[in-house]
Amino acid sequence: MIRVELPAHLRTLAQVGREVSVDVEGRATLRAVLDAIETRYPVLRGTIRDHVTEQRRPFVRFFACEEDLSHDPPDTPLPEAVATGAEPFLIVGAMSGG
Amino acid sequence: MSGVRVLVGTRKGAFVLSSDAKRAAWDVSGPHFGGWEIYHVKGSPADPNRLYASQSSGWFGQIIQRSNDGGKTWEPVGNKFVYDGVPGTHQWYDGTPHPWEFKRVWHLEPSLTDPDTVYAGVEDAALFRSTDGGQTWQELAGLRGHGSGPNWQPGAGGLCLHTILLDPGNPQRIFIAISAAGAFRTDDGGKTWRPINRGLKSDGIPNPNAEVGHCVHRIAMHRSRPGVLFMQKHWDVMRSDDAGDSWQEVSGNLPTDFGFAIDVHAHEPETIYVVPIKSDSEHYPLDGKLRVYRSRTGGQEWEALTNGLPQRDCYVNVLRDAMAVDALDSCGVYFGTTGGQVYASADSGDSWAPIVRDLPPVVSVEVQTL
Repeated sequence: MIRVELPAHLRTLAQVGREVSVDVEGRATLRAVLDAIETRYPVLRGTIRDHVTEQRRPFVRFFACEEDLSHDPPDTPLPEAVATGAEPFLIVGAMSGG
Repeated sequence: MSGVRVLVGTRKGAFVLSSDAKRAAWDVSGPHFGGWEIYHVKGSPADPNRLYASQSSGWFGQIIQRSNDGGKTWEPVGNKFVYDGVPGTHQWYDGTPHPWEFKRVWHLEPSLTDPDTVYAGVEDAALFRSTDGGQTWQELAGLRGHGSGPNWQPGAGGLCLHTILLDPGNPQRIFIAISAAGAFRTDDGGKTWRPINRGLKSDGIPNPNAEVGHCVHRIAMHRSRPGVLFMQKHWDVMRSDDAGDSWQEVSGNLPTDFGFAIDVHAHEPETIYVVPIKSDSEHYPLDGKLRVYRSRTGGQEWEALTNGLPQRDCYVNVLRDAMAVDALDSCGVYFGTTGGQVYASADSGDSWAPIVRDLPPVVSVEVQTL
């Protein structure tokens, strides 16, 4: 089970609390976790990454275990503590704009 | 008819303003989708309880919301806008080719007859249609593909398709407008399109017969005369009596003919409204006086409407989608400002009062007559 923290506006959109959990079959990678989130909450499709290219939206960032994972290739394995559910995977809206 | 519902899109959410037919006391609901930019909210003419809203953010992209109960509750529907085929390029501000990239939905235009059919005008400019209540969207690619697309350039607000007019007398005919490409018309339900910009003159376009390149800000029509169009261009107020085949300037005695919004009285097809703005770099009224101008002669002769509007120290703007009229016997006129006011007139513009004064900057105003 992977724990995922969503930014406030996406929690409202998906009608969930601060943290959700998803199951990932096989290796827990960035792509696998995002696939699982979008499968469970289809309304989030297109809000975290592009529908077609699957590129991360520019003002969305990924963090876990005090590391910025935003620029990691999508098939990079997530830290072990995230894969075991000990630490959450953080999806963050960049602090910018008004 | 028992009342009106004013649908307001702002930079930080949507608001629904409701009143009985007197239009004196208002109920304000919102913000809906607080914190998100709401470019447009519009109801279906075929089912007033069916509303569509364009919700977007620089962080999280585009969402389309749908309501089946007049805006009390909403549900997100499809947000996948993918250009048909290879998107290609348009021109960037400096004239270099720039790939077509979807950014947001500027305008939603529900079908006149089917609540589940709705058109979306998007940035970068293209027209999409949904026939399943917004769940899925398909591009009407003949517009971008008609030939001039690679030459389109964005206006200051982006390369946006912001105006969609459905012809009440001919379901095959649609008018659209793009900043800064111009106006286009289809006569076959969206398969093929042609530019309708003859007679428009714009500084900075050396060829006076240029097919595209005009910064059309808004087009309006009266449903009883869909062949007569009124346009607020970047500069110039224009009129066409032949469905856009040719245009004549009708700015007449306006104190400035720059502006964004234009609309037509619900019962008088020759009565039109604009809000003159000082200039393209000074987006506020002349002399700090917020004045709506009304022509009862289809243009050329204009009168200032000031009763109830601020006549000193007012420096707001009125954006292109932020004016609308209701269809009550005494026609109501409404507009929203970038200062967060929504003004209403229940007497065709003779007198005005604010419904609300302190919303976020208003992007769009639509009215449903219930």
